[in-house]
Amino acid sequence: MERGVVLLDFWPSMFGMRTRIALAEKEIKYEYREEDLRNKSDLLLQMNPVHKKIPVLIHNGKPVCESLNQVQYIDEVWNDRAPLLPANTYKRANARFWADFVDKKIYDLGSKIWRTKGEEQEAAKKEFIDCLKLLEGELGDNHYFGGKDFGYVDVALVPFYCWFYAYEQCGNFSIEAECPKLIAWAKRCMQKESVAKSLADQEKIYEFVLHLKKVFGIE
Amino acid sequence: MADQVKLFGMWASPYSRRVELALKLKGIPYEYIEEDLSNKSSLLLKYNPVHQKIPVLVHNGKSIPESLVILEYIDETWRNNPVLLPQDPYERSMARFWAKFVDEKILITTRMVSFTTGKEQEQAIEELTEQLKLLENELKGKPYFAGEAIGYLDIVVANFLVFWFRNLQEALGINMFTEEKFPIIFEWTEKLVKIKVVEECRIPKEKHLVYIRTRLEALKSASK
Repeated sequence: MERGVVLLDFWPSMFGMRTRIALAEKEIKYEYREEDLRNKSDLLLQMNPVHKKIPVLIHNGKPVCESLNQVQYIDEVWNDRAPLLPANTYKRANARFWADFVDKKIYDLGSKIWRTKGEEQEAAKKEFIDCLKLLEGELGDNHYFGGKDFGYVDVALVPFYCWFYAYEQCGNFSIEAECPKLIAWAKRCMQKESVAKSLADQEKIYEFVLHLKKVFGIE
Repeated sequence: MADQVKLFGMWASPYSRRVELALKLKGIPYEYIEEDLSNKSSLLLKYNPVHQKIPVLVHNGKSIPESLVILEYIDETWRNNPVLLPQDPYERSMARFWAKFVDEKILITTRMVSFTTGKEQEQAIEELTEQLKLLENELKGKPYFAGEAIGYLDIVVANFLVFWFRNLQEALGINMFTEEKFPIIFEWTEKLVKIKVVEECRIPKEKHLVYIRTRLEALKSASK
């Protein structure tokens, strides 16, 4: 079953990191291929003709696009180990809801924090923290969003942790000061090998953001 | 204990209608609560505090918001026919992919078509045509998006495109979604409306046209 798993990815992508974590949790051997997004490979364009984006998971020649789709696919195919989605249907719906919340909010707000200044940046910072606080509320006193066990929502959110340092530097604020519980959760996740190996180094992410700012002419 | 199912919805919302269609197809009895979106009920705000939107399904007191999440919940909880999502994980990932494509990409383009004029609108119409052709391609060689019988993606596409967008284009005075351009989707529509519950779940056309025209006018005067 593990025959022919390929991941087309880009090292700083928090979406790619989700899939890397899921593959690592399930101990699936795969080929990682780094894409140059300014010069996308023929394979990427062929496997994701609609969006032309990474990550793309290719299993036995067939592409699965969109990171949350990939995590669910991995969970459904390799269903004999390390379950990511809960067995209970209501808890599963709840997990999907919160992963969808992360998708709808966190990336765009985070991007606004490093791309903008002044009032726009302040508004983005405020809304970003409000969203993280909602997530803290959902986490409650649990070890993970999945409860006792690391699960789907943890996978969906934790990759953003390696981008927090860049957001903080660009936005001149401390996420830990506002959301200590969430940072404690993230550090707990980082103790898992699947997470530590899949996330990029936060200093490298910050360097990458500075490079992007130069390229886009943002101060 | 008998199942208690409530749906907080809004008559003109394709997202709300898609949940109703899923419930009706599965023969699940439910109580429908119409929400006035300009004056949201305290119950709606209690059941969907994060987004404060419809539709929200409440099953034995537990709330599930977000229409695509609700559809999967319905399918997993009531396992009777029709089974809405494919059994095969790859086919399932494709259904989810195209549903997101409708809700994220096609929605944005239809907004551009609605709120722009002249050249900008022409470009938006061109982009929408391309997106619809991609969708139509998924239907080739199959009676339904889901295969031999109506399923998840049929429900999503039918409510958004066929029952909502066709009215929208009439209200806007454009005619881009035609049988000529999209023969396969039109043939599929004809098949769908023969299913009694599908016809029952359609947004009532005349009422919808008035609603759309009023909203467009309000938005246009607000932006002046």
